[in-house]
Amino acid sequence: MNDEESLLNSTSSAPSSIELPWVLPSRGHVGMLSLIAAELAIFTIFVVAYLFYIGKSLTGPTPKDVLELPIFSSICLLSSSLTIHAAVSALRNGRVRAFGMWWFVTMVLGLIFLGETGREWHHLIFEKGLTISTNLFGTTYYSLVGLHAFHVTVGLICIAIAMILALLGKVKQEHNERADVFSLYWHFVDVVWIVVFTVVYIIGR
Amino acid sequence: MASETIALTAAHDVPQPIGTVLHDWVVTVDHKKLGILYILYALVFLVIGGIEATIMRVQLIVPHNHFVSPQVFNRMFTMHGTTMIFFVAMPILFGFGNYLIPLMIGARDMAFPRLNAWSFWLTAFGGLLLYFSFIGGNGLYGAGNAPDVGWFAYAPLTATAFSPGHSTDFWTLGLLVSGFGSIGTAVNILATIVCLRCPGMTLGKMPLLAWLNLVMAAMVLLAISPLTAAQMMLSLDRFLGAHFFDTLAGGSAVLWMHFFWIFGHPEVYVLVIPAFAFASEIIPVFSRKPIFGYPVMVAATVCIGFVGFSVWAHHMFTVGMNSYANSFFTITTMVIGVPTGIKIFNWIATMWGGKIILKTPMLFCIAFLFQFLIAGLTGIMLSAAPFDWQLGNSYFVVAHFHYVIVGGILFTLFGAFYYWFPKMSGRMYNETLGKWHFWLFFIGFHLTFDFMHVPGLLGMPRRIYTYEPGRGWDIWNLICTIGVFFQIAGTFVFIGNLLWSYFKGNAAGNDPWDAWTLEWSTSSPPVEYNFAKIPVVKSRRPLWDIKHPEDPDWKYE
Repeated sequence: MNDEESLLNSTSSAPSSIELPWVLPSRGHVGMLSLIAAELAIFTIFVVAYLFYIGKSLTGPTPKDVLELPIFSSICLLSSSLTIHAAVSALRNGRVRAFGMWWFVTMVLGLIFLGETGREWHHLIFEKGLTISTNLFGTTYYSLVGLHAFHVTVGLICIAIAMILALLGKVKQEHNERADVFSLYWHFVDVVWIVVFTVVYIIGR
Repeated sequence: MASETIALTAAHDVPQPIGTVLHDWVVTVDHKKLGILYILYALVFLVIGGIEATIMRVQLIVPHNHFVSPQVFNRMFTMHGTTMIFFVAMPILFGFGNYLIPLMIGARDMAFPRLNAWSFWLTAFGGLLLYFSFIGGNGLYGAGNAPDVGWFAYAPLTATAFSPGHSTDFWTLGLLVSGFGSIGTAVNILATIVCLRCPGMTLGKMPLLAWLNLVMAAMVLLAISPLTAAQMMLSLDRFLGAHFFDTLAGGSAVLWMHFFWIFGHPEVYVLVIPAFAFASEIIPVFSRKPIFGYPVMVAATVCIGFVGFSVWAHHMFTVGMNSYANSFFTITTMVIGVPTGIKIFNWIATMWGGKIILKTPMLFCIAFLFQFLIAGLTGIMLSAAPFDWQLGNSYFVVAHFHYVIVGGILFTLFGAFYYWFPKMSGRMYNETLGKWHFWLFFIGFHLTFDFMHVPGLLGMPRRIYTYEPGRGWDIWNLICTIGVFFQIAGTFVFIGNLLWSYFKGNAAGNDPWDAWTLEWSTSSPPVEYNFAKIPVVKSRRPLWDIKHPEDPDWKYE
């Protein structure tokens, strides 16, 4: 590294032979989409296991006996996709207060979903006697719904951190890309819920 | 752009206290340091996995041998397979990818440097977790220590009834943790190649190594994740009493096989595609010709990437599937030989009429071409379901996949070591020692794995602890084991060469091979920021354009 002299004087003559502007996709979006691809593969395996084991439990309770359609919590989770979209586009346009409001609504909707899942599990465990080790239905149900709920929890932790930063006034317009990248994850979690809902509560029942 | 550097501080050349140096390496987020950490880590495990293989071969050298106990033998083949795939091959290839990709695409680092460090340390701790089983595997039940369920850990062997204690838990958790690391690295490689290419480097002008690593990273995302999911299920079975693979409660052992091999076979391509990438960089430089059929090479790789996901159940012909499944997986497995064959033709066509320079990296790549061809041919044989019924789970299969992994992947890896060692260390390796390494390892490889096909054809099953004399297996096993010692000698020469050259080798200069890709335009070893000025490229061989301004490549591409 015999460099000291030959440095900055030579870097000034940058060749400008490229006419078109050189723009590549943002690494945040590509990174998040890659992660989503990997997550999709994980969920696929769990969904395949669920479908494969439908009706193969040797003992009860069966899905027909104990499952009820979680309509309310599903509506909450799915509408949180709309609110997070509203939050991100508000931030993109520099409306920081509107961002904070929509972001907060998203968090509340996510919390309601998680609370409802918790209530459902409490009902199943303590009133219906269904645990992960009861039968194959319990095994696949708790692991698939639990895997999804885990992803909702991770998302909520991220949302809560951003919420705290927003309350401290640290979230500015220039952060809109980060919020946008996170919203990809949140939309993904919602789409997965549509699949889980279909598999567990419609096909599986 | 050849050798410009920016003087950041004058403190660069001052020797640092060992504590500071160590601290720098532990907290580093630099892709080159992390790449070297990956490689060194994998080399340590290569030696460990090699010792385990040697123990197995010594056990099998003569009939009725009792070099180790049957229990230890089971642990050795489990740990050997797991170590070599997850803690040698994957990290070493990620290491080279980490080191080379930003340099070759003209970037200053990976897209997510901290994610990069996180992924490395996860992989590292995954390996430590697996090996901690030797100490902590006993658990409460006084059962065996290291995992002994085989590297694909078929149910119900992994059930708590058959694997008491914690040995299988360590196996599961070790792979789960390192799997997260692999996914992180794959995300990083993808984002780096898609988002950080230097101006002018369109997808069609990327070095083949970058292209092949792009396909590899995409495959990692879709192949490692099913394994991660399956390991989660196995953990639920073992820790919480779930019944995914518990046949007594209606669970299915075959489901585990499907989940494992949906990972397991694409994994072979995850490992071999970076090996192809090394060959695709080394062979042109040592033939003094550009790669033959660049677009076809890319297309063949992408094709392998797709078809690679539809062949997994050829590992399960002997399990008993219906005739439609057997036919489907036979056909897809044969089909994947086509793009692979195209690649072999292209490498040979690259050498055809070239001025071939038989330096050590090229020797390893030429050996790779022929060995990988044979590995592919035995693969086509095994792809036919009836043939596989006869030879599945025999030493013929063991010989076949070691031909792929050692004869194909390890040989190109050794080539890559010699090719990029001057760039990484700034020193030239010793060519004589390199040739010694090549010939010792070449002879050892062929002694061991050529002759391993024969006892397989004669009916010797894999994973047996010992065997009866007089079945015609004795002499072949003896030859196989003798070959191992040649391989060990070659490996010693290799490590000795690395160490000696690192301290005493001649200065290599920036571009010892008169090569054409961007990593050779910066200093050896590269400075922390790689390029003082981000390069601008106009063709696939930017350094050729600079060296031959009268006849640049971009006129023809």
